[in-house]
Amino acid sequence: MMRDLYGQVIMDHYRRPRNRGELEDADLTRHLLNPLCGDEVTVYARFEGDRVAEASFTGRGCSISQASASMMTERLRGKSREEAEAEISRFKRMMTGEEEFPEGDDLAALKGVIQYPSRIRCATLAWEAFQKGLEQTSS
Amino acid sequence: MYDVLKVRRDFPILEREVNGRPLVYLDNAATSQKPLQVIRTLSRYYERHNANIHRGVHRLAEEATGLYEEARGKVARFIGAPDPRGLVFTRGTTESINLVAHAWGRKNLREGDEVVLTEAEHHSNLVPWQLAARDTGARLRFIPVLDDGTLDMEAAERLIGPRTRLVGCVHASNVLGTVNPVERLAELAHEAGALMLVDGAQSAPHLPVDVTSLGCDFFAASGHKMLGPTGVGFLWARPELLEEMEPFLGGGEMIREVRLERSTWNEIPYKFEAGTMNIAQAIGLGAAVDYLGSLGMESVREHERRLGAYAYRRLAGVEGITLYGPAENRTGVVAFNLPEVHPHDLSQLLDQEGVAIRSGHHCCQPLMRRLGVVATARASLYLYNTEEEVEALVEAIARAREFFEAPA
Repeated sequence: MMRDLYGQVIMDHYRRPRNRGELEDADLTRHLLNPLCGDEVTVYARFEGDRVAEASFTGRGCSISQASASMMTERLRGKSREEAEAEISRFKRMMTGEEEFPEGDDLAALKGVIQYPSRIRCATLAWEAFQKGLEQTSS
Repeated sequence: MYDVLKVRRDFPILEREVNGRPLVYLDNAATSQKPLQVIRTLSRYYERHNANIHRGVHRLAEEATGLYEEARGKVARFIGAPDPRGLVFTRGTTESINLVAHAWGRKNLREGDEVVLTEAEHHSNLVPWQLAARDTGARLRFIPVLDDGTLDMEAAERLIGPRTRLVGCVHASNVLGTVNPVERLAELAHEAGALMLVDGAQSAPHLPVDVTSLGCDFFAASGHKMLGPTGVGFLWARPELLEEMEPFLGGGEMIREVRLERSTWNEIPYKFEAGTMNIAQAIGLGAAVDYLGSLGMESVREHERRLGAYAYRRLAGVEGITLYGPAENRTGVVAFNLPEVHPHDLSQLLDQEGVAIRSGHHCCQPLMRRLGVVATARASLYLYNTEEEVEALVEAIARAREFFEAPA
């Protein structure tokens, strides 16, 4: 039962987070706190033109929030601002059950979180931070 | 002799299962479970006596008023208050402290005045003072927490001085389990000509409390953490302070005479009980303190002291664990962290085994920062918990670690 929530993919991203660390010369830096639990994340991105050339994160949080942040950085790299915004909106809709999770994608590993409403904010924290960062840096 | 198994039979919820396992409820600092005596008092009130209080002259109104005022007397006696006029029913500790910050703070604080709090306060005894300070120009100062989870009393002696108007302190910490020396702080406050407010949310349910011997001027607590219903708590204050204070909320019941332009206030404590109160809940709280009184708070304290020490010792044996708060003179609250399992993940895994604990910042973000963490796990015990339940916790922690360390 717990393997639905803490499956292989989540535990892999939690133990070996991708793109973890501060990004030097970041164009986008955004810190966000989850007021419910105190967990925090900072997301960073460097743009080349309109595209996300690099994305990374730092912070302290549970396995769900850290794994989700790790997946996000992989997901958003190479995306235009508009595409990144669309990805984030889509992910948030997945977490509210309004949209299906993509088959065969790492993100599908977060599907189990929906059954635990108190943990949904953990999964969306980094994505919300990136979204706010995009709003802030859009001219 | 304290018979915990007999006590448990009064709490129907303890018989239920969670995820196919017997419920092990260790989140009592968040809210306590309710004994049949309280549950039955609530249903009997609604089945037999329900009416609005104080204003009706019919039989039910008189019965309801009598029960409500009887509950006020019970709660006042429970905390050693000599005069029930000093006992104001509120929604809980948070509202009680906001009442003081508004009705006393906004009237009496001036620029240059200081309110001395501690680094270990719950947000409910911090944010109301931040708001009052913002409105009045008063300044907040903080007694540091030492590494062992106790207060730096030498610093307290330096901080409390001629500018101090109020000292506010949590009696028993909801994170560290520390029992703070509020009697000494009250002495320091009074020597400086200041008032003393005690946040009793985590002490009134667990320790014998006597507001007279504590020497405090304000004492706030919540009913739902001490076997009572949600929606009711209380503020005790010295009656002469309540007399001088401005009203908090305006409306029905709190007035004497209302004209279109101005009004005069009812006598205390009614001056502070505007609108229809949580009548059934207050009466339920009366039943809760009856129940606690029948067990004896000394016995409750002794049970929790023994069980808290047992839990602390058993958890201290978990490899790599960090425990917060002092080893001695503590309540049944034990906060901890494991090196590889985040508290949220831990409480989720424990829930699978029917063990309910809390994880997060426990409404103490400044204290979390002081401890250098963003969150902790917390097991908090009460009068119905047993050593077997502590063992269930320790075993569930071991299994959670195995789960997290095992290759997925």
